[in-house]
Amino acid sequence: MANPWVAFLLVPLVKIVVILGVVILLAAYLSFFERKILAYMQIRIGPNRVGPRGWLQPIADALKLFVKEDILPSRAEKLVYMLGPVLVTAPALVVFSVIPFGTGFTLFGAQVTPYLTDVNIGILFILGVSSVGVYGIILGGWASNNKFSLMGGLRSAAQLVSYEVPMGFSVVAVLLMANSLSLVKIVEAQKSAGVWFVFPGLVAFFIYFVCGVAETNRNPFDLPEAESELVAGFHTEYSGMKFAFYFLAEYANMIVISSIATVLFLGGWLPPFPSWLAGVWASPVFTWIPPVIWNAGWFVVKVFAFLFVYIWFRGTFPRYRFDQLMALGWKVFIPVSLVNLVAVALGVLLIGGPR
Amino acid sequence: MGNLEAMKPFPDSEEMEISFGPQHPATHGVLRVMVKLDGERIVDAKPVIGYLHRGTEKIFERETYNGAIPHTDRMDYTAAATNNQGLVGAVEKMMGITVPPRAAYIRMILAELQRIASHTIWLGTHALDIGAQSPFFYTFEEREKILDLYEEYCGARLTLNAMRVGGQPYDLPEGWSGRCRTFIDQFPARIAEWERLLTTNRIWKLRTVGVGVISAENAVEWGLTGPPLRGSGVKWDIRKVFPYDHYDDIDFEIPIGGNGDTYDRYLVRMEEMRQSVRIVQQCLARLPEGPVMAKVPKVIKPPKGELYFSVEGPKGELGYYVVSEGGANPYRLHVRPACFINLQALPEMVRGQLVADLIAVIGTLDIVLGEIDR
Repeated sequence: MANPWVAFLLVPLVKIVVILGVVILLAAYLSFFERKILAYMQIRIGPNRVGPRGWLQPIADALKLFVKEDILPSRAEKLVYMLGPVLVTAPALVVFSVIPFGTGFTLFGAQVTPYLTDVNIGILFILGVSSVGVYGIILGGWASNNKFSLMGGLRSAAQLVSYEVPMGFSVVAVLLMANSLSLVKIVEAQKSAGVWFVFPGLVAFFIYFVCGVAETNRNPFDLPEAESELVAGFHTEYSGMKFAFYFLAEYANMIVISSIATVLFLGGWLPPFPSWLAGVWASPVFTWIPPVIWNAGWFVVKVFAFLFVYIWFRGTFPRYRFDQLMALGWKVFIPVSLVNLVAVALGVLLIGGPR
Repeated sequence: MGNLEAMKPFPDSEEMEISFGPQHPATHGVLRVMVKLDGERIVDAKPVIGYLHRGTEKIFERETYNGAIPHTDRMDYTAAATNNQGLVGAVEKMMGITVPPRAAYIRMILAELQRIASHTIWLGTHALDIGAQSPFFYTFEEREKILDLYEEYCGARLTLNAMRVGGQPYDLPEGWSGRCRTFIDQFPARIAEWERLLTTNRIWKLRTVGVGVISAENAVEWGLTGPPLRGSGVKWDIRKVFPYDHYDDIDFEIPIGGNGDTYDRYLVRMEEMRQSVRIVQQCLARLPEGPVMAKVPKVIKPPKGELYFSVEGPKGELGYYVVSEGGANPYRLHVRPACFINLQALPEMVRGQLVADLIAVIGTLDIVLGEIDR
C-alpha cells in the first residue's frame, strides 16, 4: 500500500463502483421483491413473465423506462424540472459512502475495509446529506407546473421536515449510548457493550423506524404520492428516466433507512447476541465462512428484515390524512423522543455507557 | 355547473381551483369534481357529470319492455340484477301479473347476491382510496365466486339480463343451489376477516370517523337513500317499507348507523352483507318448486297509464317511472337513480374538510357513473 495512487484513488474508485453497482441493483430488485411479497400477501402471483419466475423483471422495467419518451411539460420550469430527480437521487446514493458493511479484512496482502470511508461525524453526514433529498421532491413538484404535483411537493416538504426532528432525537439517544458519531465506532460500541442498542433504546428504535417510514414516503405515510388523492403526487409529470430516478431514489432511501437502523440499533454486521452466543459463533460450524461474507451476510439479512417490514406495512395499513400525520409527528413523536432522550441520558449517566 | 366561468382560476384569491377527474384514479369512473381549495381544505366542491351519458332513457322509448332490460344492466353495471328487478317489477305491477313463487325466490337470491357483489366492490375500492391496498384483492376474490354463480345461471357475469316480465327466463341449473349455499356458508367468515383488517384499525378509524357527516334531517332533505341514509340513522329500506317479491316472508334486519359519518356507513354496509347472506340462506331453504314463468302475452303491452315502482338496490332506492300509451314500447321510462341523488349531497358533506376526505366521501357514497349519467 506504499503507492498513494493506489491507496487514495484506485481503491476508493473500485469501492465506489462496487457499492453503487450493488446499491442500484439492490434497489431495482427491491421493487421486484416488493411486488412479489405484496402479491403473495394479496393472493396474487406477481411478476412471473420476464426470465425464470420473473427474475429479470427489474431489468425489463429499467430498459422500458430508458427508452420511454422523456416528456417536458410545456410550461414547466425547465432547469429546475431537470434538477429534481438529480437532487433526490444523488443524496440517497452518497449516504452509502459512510455505511459500514463489515470489519476490515486482508486482500492480496493489503488491509481493506468494506466501506468507502469512516468519517468521524458519520451520522451527522448522513442526516445532513439525506435532508437535501427533500429539495428534489419539492422543486420537482413545483417545477412540473401541475397542481397535483405542487400539493405533493408541499406535503412532502412539511412531512420530511417534521419527521426529521424526532428521527434526529432518536439518533442522539444512540449517540449517547455509543459515545461516538462514527458508524464504525457505534457498531464496535455495541460489540463491547455485548448488547445491541435496540434493547436499551427500544423507544428510540421504534421512533426511528416509524420516522424512517415517513421519511421515505412509504405506507402509511405515503401522502406526497397518494395515488388516490394526488394521482402520483410530485412525480405526476415525470416520465422515462427522470421518473426512474425518483423511483430509484425511493427504493435506495428505503435501503438507506434500513441500513442506518441496522447499524444504530441492530449491531450492524455483528451476529445476534455477540457476547452471549460468542461460543456458538466461534464454533467450527461458522468459522469456515470468510469473515467478509459472514459480516456482510448478517448486515444484509438485517436490512432485508427491515425492508420486509416496509412491504408488510404497505400490504396492511390505510393511509394517514395530512393533518393526522402532522399531529402524529408534532404531538406524539417529538415529545416522546425528547423524553426518551432525557431518560437515555440519565441512564447513561447513572449506569454508565461504554468507555 | 361545468361552464367556463366556473372553471376560471381565481387570480386575486389564495384559493386554488383544481379539477379532480374525469380521469383520476379515485373518482370511480368519469366523475369530475371541481374543487376549490384553501391549502388542503375544501372550500367548495362541485360534481360535474355527464361524461358517460348514453341516453338510456331515450333508448328505452324505442325498445320493447323486455328489450329494455339489457339497457338497465348497463346503468349500474355493478348491480345488474337489481336493475333488472326494478324494471320487470314495474311492468308486472302495471299489467297485474303475479310472478310464480319460484321465480320470485330466484330473483331475490340473484338480487341479494348482487348486493353482496356490489358491496364487495365498494369495500375494495373504498379501502383502496383510503390507502389500504390489500382488501381490494380479498373482496374481488369473493366477487368472482358470485360472478361464477351468475355465469352458470344466465351465461353473463356482469350484464346479466337475467329477468323477464312475468318471471325468470331459466330455471336454476342442476346443483346450482348447492354451490350457492357453499359460497354463502363460507362468506361470513370472509366478512369477519375483512373486518379484522379494518374495523378496529386505528388509521382506518381516524380516516373515517367524523368524516363526511350528514345528519338524518339533511339526509332526508337531500333525498339520500340506501346506506348513506341508513348510516345517518334513518330506518328506511324499500324491502321493508314497500315489500316486493317475497321479502315480507323473509326474516332480516335493517342495520342503521347513528352518526352519519363514513365509518357508520362502512359498518352499515358490512352488516348489510351479513343480512343478505341470511336472506339468501332463507330463500334457498324455502325455494318452492314449480314454473318460473307466468302466462304472459308474447308482446308485452301494459295498459295505458303511469306507475312508479322501486326496489332497494345496493346503492339505494332504484325507481322506475313507466308511462304507457298501451303500446309495445314505453311512452316514457324514467329512472330514479340512487347514485345520482346520493351524489348531490357531496358538496354538503365535504365542505370544510380536507382533500383526503373528499376521496373518502366519494368512496363512501358508492357511486357508479353509469347510473348517474345513464
